[in-house]
Amino acid sequence: MSAATPLRTPGDAIRLLDEELVALASGGAWWPAERTLIVADLHFEKGSSFARRGALIPPYDTAATLHRLAAAIAATDPVRVISLGDAFHDGFGPERMSEEDRARLAALRSGREWIWIAGNHDSEARGDVGGVRVEEIAIGALTFRHEPRRGATGEIAGHLHPAARVRVAAGTVRRHCFAGDGRRLILPAFGAYAGGLDVTGRAFAGLFETARLTVHLIGEERVHRFPAESIVGARISPGGTARPRASRS
Amino acid sequence: MLARARAGRATLLIAPTGAGKTLAGFLPSLVELADPAKRPKMSLTARGVRRKGIHTLYVSPLKALAVDVARNLEQPIAEMGLAISVETRTGDTPAHKRQRQKYDPPDILMTTPEQVALLVASPEALDLFGSLKRVVFDELHSLVTSKRGDLLALGLARLRRLAPDLVAVGLSATVKDPNELAAWLVAQNPGAARAEAEIVTAPAGAPPEIRILEPADPEGWRIPWAGHLAVHAMPAVLAAIETAKTAIVFVNTRAQAELVFQELWRINEKNLRIALHHGSLDVAQRRRVEAAMAAGGGPGGLDAVVATSTLDLGIDWGDVDLVIHVGAPKGASRLAQRIGRANHRLDEPSRALLVPANRFEVLECEAAIEANSAGAQDTPPIRSGALDVLAQHVLGRAVAAPFDDDDLYEEVISSLPYRDLTRASFDRVVDFVATGGYALRSYERYARIRRTKDGTWRVANPQVAQTWRLNVGTIVEMPMLKVRLVSKLSGPVARMGGRILGEMEEYFFETLTSGDTFLFGGEVLRFVGIRENEALVARAAGKDPRIPSYWGGKFPLSTHLAERVRGLLADPASWKALPGQVREWLDLQRLHSRLPRPGELMVETFPRGGRWYMVAYAFEGRLAHQTLGMLLTRRMERLGLRPLGFVCNDYALGVWAASDLGAAFARRRPSLDELFDEDMLGDDLEAWLDDSALLKRTFRNCAIIAGLVERRHPGKEKSGRQMTIATDLVWDVLRTHQPDHVLIEATRADAAAGLLDIRRLADMLARVKAHIAHERLPRISPLAVPIMLEIGRESVPGSAEEAMLREAAEDLLAEATGR
Repeated sequence: MSAATPLRTPGDAIRLLDEELVALASGGAWWPAERTLIVADLHFEKGSSFARRGALIPPYDTAATLHRLAAAIAATDPVRVISLGDAFHDGFGPERMSEEDRARLAALRSGREWIWIAGNHDSEARGDVGGVRVEEIAIGALTFRHEPRRGATGEIAGHLHPAARVRVAAGTVRRHCFAGDGRRLILPAFGAYAGGLDVTGRAFAGLFETARLTVHLIGEERVHRFPAESIVGARISPGGTARPRASRS
Repeated sequence: MLARARAGRATLLIAPTGAGKTLAGFLPSLVELADPAKRPKMSLTARGVRRKGIHTLYVSPLKALAVDVARNLEQPIAEMGLAISVETRTGDTPAHKRQRQKYDPPDILMTTPEQVALLVASPEALDLFGSLKRVVFDELHSLVTSKRGDLLALGLARLRRLAPDLVAVGLSATVKDPNELAAWLVAQNPGAARAEAEIVTAPAGAPPEIRILEPADPEGWRIPWAGHLAVHAMPAVLAAIETAKTAIVFVNTRAQAELVFQELWRINEKNLRIALHHGSLDVAQRRRVEAAMAAGGGPGGLDAVVATSTLDLGIDWGDVDLVIHVGAPKGASRLAQRIGRANHRLDEPSRALLVPANRFEVLECEAAIEANSAGAQDTPPIRSGALDVLAQHVLGRAVAAPFDDDDLYEEVISSLPYRDLTRASFDRVVDFVATGGYALRSYERYARIRRTKDGTWRVANPQVAQTWRLNVGTIVEMPMLKVRLVSKLSGPVARMGGRILGEMEEYFFETLTSGDTFLFGGEVLRFVGIRENEALVARAAGKDPRIPSYWGGKFPLSTHLAERVRGLLADPASWKALPGQVREWLDLQRLHSRLPRPGELMVETFPRGGRWYMVAYAFEGRLAHQTLGMLLTRRMERLGLRPLGFVCNDYALGVWAASDLGAAFARRRPSLDELFDEDMLGDDLEAWLDDSALLKRTFRNCAIIAGLVERRHPGKEKSGRQMTIATDLVWDVLRTHQPDHVLIEATRADAAAGLLDIRRLADMLARVKAHIAHERLPRISPLAVPIMLEIGRESVPGSAEEAMLREAAEDLLAEATGR
């Protein structure tokens, strides 16, 4: 598939400042103008990270994540891939990665620019998996970093693993999601074992202008857009401030 | 009993409650312990300390029951002046006392299955149990039908190795297959005929007097078409309470308990003392209610308690002389057990009043009364042992001492639930315990148990043992939040320090928005928000909670009762016993459609409000219907019938669609036989199951029991939230990469056996093959009214989620774009 072709569907186009991006059902974001694929929080080797501490979680997560990443790359054919940090679950992750997975990753990387932004989990990463490592990077009007920074605009970040519960016909549905208000976009975690954190939680407090917040829930084959009013839930921070929320329809 | 005990034979004592069976179980122990010659001798332990071990172990499914039985036993011991020590040991026993019990155990120890698992895995196991003479299992019928029973069976097999002369005694209510229970008590020798304990059956008491509540005059209240709350009947329930010394009002769910309790108090002008008892309420609150129940109808006592299954078992309260059952009984044995909670004198009948909440429940109540007078039982059969439980036990054996796998295998298959376990399955479980059992052998260096040079398996490090001890047991609770009452919000700050009212499932609160109101502890509460592991609530002004919070009946209709309900429907001659309104309803059905005949599956189709409906009267219980609904709608989707949703209750399944279903079936495109073909249980089932929330929940339980992931421990969640891993994600990865993994096998076995009632569904589909009758109607039939009223009350689980997500998103989009 070539760049500007039928990826776009009404539900998953995301505008950030003046840039058009596409929220993909894989959990990645596609920036057609720059032919760049952006993924957040791959958390490679999370299973083995748990195993190291005695919980023998199945060791197939890295392969599963790579498989989905390969599909996203095949669908978009990017010239550049940006990983928004926490590519590995811990600093020893690269050392534990199997030869097969390492080779699979190298094959994905070949022929394109590959940027690893450092995250809190893998800031001290040992072992080399190729590509460029940076703290953050700006391309045009957009800034790419791991942890969103309060007050920033034109920012694309990860770290928070956004998820939202929305009201539908017969109850509620919770999914990982993209969360954005036109000035900032936070990507869902891409890793097979990466959980979700409710966008109503305190970690998200102050990041979005509530009235303009939309969430893009990841469905099986497409992304579903919901306005802030559809989001269910209320978490209260220890300070006691209930999160500001739009009225319920 | 005594004679059998002297002969050293295992015994199963079957008796109704109130027959003094618990004390009977101890009599031989007391006789032996009173004889100094027969008391266990002090002996030198492995550590060189002289001490005696436990003589009799008593195991109860309930902590409170163990405590009460200990109290009841201490009295005769004191009266007879015997020097016999009796102690309890439960999760509530202080650590110092538990520690002391290990080096100075009592003669008789009263405990729970979880404590048995911990004790047999302790290094002192041989000292404690080497001289054990008897083990008494109380309420055995309720223990053996769950994974708790599997763990206990493995514990018993271990105890038999530690004390080869051990005699096991089971105390049970009446069950369908007592021989099975009798076999559970004794060592099995695979390959040989099943060994069984002797069975002693106490004579049955007077038959109970059971009545169905109906309007005193035909112009009285109308019996509702649907719903589970029986609000219409509360004045009559209150009047019945007045006639009793103390009544127990049994309901099926916590939400029902809340609503019934609220409604009774709303009309309780005489201020009858009515209390509430269910599993979510604060423990202290529950203990207060139990103490008041013990005081009976006198001062400081109670006139009635509204209760869920938390009061199904437990000590007998002498003053309870009436059981009121609100809602359907669901099973003949279950009803018998509940009715037995009233009146414990054998020569007098127990009194019970059944209060059906809707018309189908009237039929079910009538069927239950017939079953009761016929003495029919429908307790479930004993399960075959779960592999996740075995994994927990295997690690426990390594925690106790290094084990030899040949030896352990022999021990395990001597227990009834694991009698047919193959060596290959056992070895897979051991492999799972050691390194996770993955085809990708990358976790050898993280092994939890390792085989040593002498061939035995031992734990790799002390943390493994510690983690195991913290996670023992098979009861996995849903993630819960404490419910804390805060005073009104002053500004944006919710004041701290309010009272804890109890706890409720986290997922319930996750679906609420601040300001939503719901019932809890008999009050209407307003949801404020979630803070860490607490749900903050405030008192709400209004009387009507906005969120109905109805959690569907936990117990599906038993196959036996379903059979009787079908029989009742098909035989108009038997309707005489039914209330007039219900007879009229069935007569109308005969007029406008027809009644389901024995042996057939009747399917009605009709249009309504621009949609087309199909109602199948399968009578297989809500769980089986839910599975059927999911599979049918998938198939209908594929056939282009455009199903939009489905709904089910215990009796029927309703599907609605955007195409004319009746016309399609009439043209045999597809025929109903094709639509209901058993082959839906193949690929479709697999595909749906793998994605179903129920299966993911089952996997979570298996993963916790097997020790793959840790339980959430109170107090640790705060920091631990980010450290945990969502088992749903693990499920998705594991089923794709190693679909034959032992935990996936365990999960599927659970789903097939219980949670999804797949076996029951399969039996039904096979039975009705070529006996599916289609009634194409111009409009809704009288029999379909109840299920149609369920639409919108119950959520549709599983794969429909994706469709709803799409629909909701598109609606909003259309709205937003003005299309």
